[in-house]
Amino acid sequence: MQTSTLDALKKIVGPEYLLTSPEDLYCYSYDATPGHQHLPEAVVRPASTEEISKILALANSNKIPVYTRGSGTNLCADTCPTNGGIVLVTTRMNKILEIDKENLIAVAQPGVVVADLNKAVAEFGLIYPPDPGTVATATLGGTVSENAGGLRGLKYGVTKHYVMGMEVVLADGNIINCGGKNVKDVSGYDMTKLFTGAEGTLGVITKLILKVVPAPEAKKAMMAIFKNLDDAGNSVAGIISHKIIPSTLEILDNSTIRTVEDSAKVGLPLDAEAVLLIEVDGNPTVVEAEAEKVFAVLKENHAFSVQVAKNQQEVDKLWAARRAALPALSKLRPTTFCEDATVPRSQVPKFLRAVSDIAKKYNVTIGTFGHAGDGNMHPTIVCDLRIKEEMERVDKAMDEIFTTALKLNGTLSGEHGIGLGKLSWMEQQHGPILMETMRSIKRALDPNLILNPGKLVGEC
Amino acid sequence: MSNEITAKDINEHDKELLRDIEDALANCVKCGNCMAVCPIFKEVGVESGVARGKLALMEGVLKGDIPISDNFEKALGKCLSCKACAANCSSGVPADELIIRGRQAIVKARGLHPMKQKVFTLLKNRPLFDFALRMAGLFGPLGMKKLPRPMAVVARFPMPGMDKRRVLTPFAATPLRNQYPETIKVDKPKMRVAFFTGCTINYAYTDIGQSVINVLKANDVEVVMPSMQHCCGTPVFTSGDIETGKTFARHNIQTFERYDVDYIVAACGSCAEAFKFEYPKMFKDEPDMKARAEKLAKKTLEISEFLVDVVKFRKDNLGEVKATVTMHDPCHMVRGIKVTQQPREIVNAIPGIKFVEMKEPARCCGSGGSFSLANYELSRKINDRKVADIASTHADIVATSCGSCRMHITDGLVQNHQDNTQVVHVIQLLDKAYQAGKK
Repeated sequence: MQTSTLDALKKIVGPEYLLTSPEDLYCYSYDATPGHQHLPEAVVRPASTEEISKILALANSNKIPVYTRGSGTNLCADTCPTNGGIVLVTTRMNKILEIDKENLIAVAQPGVVVADLNKAVAEFGLIYPPDPGTVATATLGGTVSENAGGLRGLKYGVTKHYVMGMEVVLADGNIINCGGKNVKDVSGYDMTKLFTGAEGTLGVITKLILKVVPAPEAKKAMMAIFKNLDDAGNSVAGIISHKIIPSTLEILDNSTIRTVEDSAKVGLPLDAEAVLLIEVDGNPTVVEAEAEKVFAVLKENHAFSVQVAKNQQEVDKLWAARRAALPALSKLRPTTFCEDATVPRSQVPKFLRAVSDIAKKYNVTIGTFGHAGDGNMHPTIVCDLRIKEEMERVDKAMDEIFTTALKLNGTLSGEHGIGLGKLSWMEQQHGPILMETMRSIKRALDPNLILNPGKLVGEC
Repeated sequence: MSNEITAKDINEHDKELLRDIEDALANCVKCGNCMAVCPIFKEVGVESGVARGKLALMEGVLKGDIPISDNFEKALGKCLSCKACAANCSSGVPADELIIRGRQAIVKARGLHPMKQKVFTLLKNRPLFDFALRMAGLFGPLGMKKLPRPMAVVARFPMPGMDKRRVLTPFAATPLRNQYPETIKVDKPKMRVAFFTGCTINYAYTDIGQSVINVLKANDVEVVMPSMQHCCGTPVFTSGDIETGKTFARHNIQTFERYDVDYIVAACGSCAEAFKFEYPKMFKDEPDMKARAEKLAKKTLEISEFLVDVVKFRKDNLGEVKATVTMHDPCHMVRGIKVTQQPREIVNAIPGIKFVEMKEPARCCGSGGSFSLANYELSRKINDRKVADIASTHADIVATSCGSCRMHITDGLVQNHQDNTQVVHVIQLLDKAYQAGKK
């Protein structure tokens, strides 16, 4: 990068907020995705929309790539600066601008940490439902850009269901506002949805108008253990067909159960093929009635045992197994690929069996857990990036997992995003014409291809 | 010629060190969970400020991507060793220990920071160190101005490496161990313990030491304070000077082995942690020393832990102490030796005390031992959050179990004009209650 460009950046954000030392650049060369590391040429930490507008105008006229980044917790290498250029960190823009109780809306800057928004709205008896595993660290801007999901996806949906409007800086530095506080709004293309989940390839989000909802008054949690995977699958189908939408419906497969039991000792039988964790929430009377129905469905489907939590302590105990799943798996080996291939929920047992066969076929360690209720599975491959031969087998296994998900009418990503990690399967899912349509949108909004180039839709 | 040393050079220097770090570092999946709990990251907001970044930098050095540079040293220096990252790590990466290993690599490659080198050289010479600090106690008052609160002074003149505003503890005119005979007898001893005073209590906060002795006596415990004991070594080995740290450990192990005692007690989380966990770890390659370290480790307890779990301290003769008290959990108490309930049990046993828990009592106060010397502004910002949490409890007294935290929080209270709040060691409150009970 030319010195004049660096000087200009320094003038825009102030000397303290332009990082150029090799050590600082190295610290922004990665995100939470294993196997991707590239050095940027500069890191900027702007404090306002105006600064971001100036940065983009400068980058656009000099054709310098810009990689927008919040906390860098994404799992698809989306914030990895593959072509050098500028990493634009939004974490200084971390103010909650407004909590509008009349309209049940929060207005916030992109650098606000998701958990902090939840803390702020909790005072008014409200929640912001999207709750990815990284809520304590991830920023709103990042979770909106990745269209993050979480445990409550089945009942509450994912991030896109809560984004009502936003302010965006376009590639050339122009600032637009789309959407707003209107519950009903059919004026024009839905640009808000377009930028949500765009993974930083179409613009830089600088302000968010988000929907918040009343916090449920009551919750009830239970855990069911199954000796047979199909019984677990039938239970999921049974619960939904009884018109009950739990707030959470999670599954752990046998290898995850064994790993969790081995490291966390939560009392799961090692021969169980699946564990389901279910939580219903809402009005106390409805919660009781729904919990009873769920219990009946589980019994009907030959649950080996069902535990219903009587108090918060027991809830915590039940959730310990789910919480331990990823940590227990990731402790097995140095490298952890936590994928999020998603299938229609009726296909969950079929998908789990397929993944287990794939693991055997390529002799790789895969534990699968995830959101059974919405079909969003997390086949988690643990390996060692430093062993080349093993990585070749992992690549093959990964390819077969994604291909299997697509064959079952699934999707590559339920909540993590595409980035670089899943780019190579995009055409398989969407076909050449849809991919070209997406690329023409990218080219229209970012003609110089400076915004997170090479990600999501690939090279244009 | 460049004074930067590449990973290749270190590789030749010390392959064992390299291999060790490499394997442990690979387990960091860079999920970023540490960002949510790191007090330094909260203030600085950059990746090099948090464990994930520091571990990445270390990987970079090992891969030969970046040299062991000034910036690398600065980044690894910005860690309070508060262990919040490790406690919060879902992959179980001991980031705090790895960062110390990184500092060790820096010491190997670049040598110790000149300032630290001077201090550690002084520390290594036990009689000289003792002499210097006793002189400081005698002549300190000339250079220090007393503040209207106990055990608090500010410098009259600028001192090297010290912010002029900073509130310090005066060095004692007579160190604790010189105030008592080596063995402090009681009428009907039911136990005999060795008291590891640590430097802070021996040379500065002698009031804590006196309270420890009073309280042990009140519980019929005979106390011996081995005169040859020396600094536990925590400030030394957390700086990466593991060899000097080992020298201290060896000296203390040899010293305490000579005494026939039931237990060893310390009134500081860091000192207790050194005896309990660090010494056995340090000698992992020396089976004989390791066994000796482990023997002492088993006997070592922090004072509140000892009084509650072993002695079952006397509660029948406790007098009233009228105060609203809150508690700060020192990092090495809560995440180091995992002692948090016992100090609370002690405070709650005292009649008249209204105990109010502060928000996040286990959040680091920003002291980090010598960290606050090198990074005063930053440590102040971290401390301001702690002081705000204290203020919201409206407590008259903050009880804690670490001299370093006591000094830093006292400074924070003064800087934030919280003049009606005092900081004491938990044991001082118990001592006060026993005194009140005698009346």
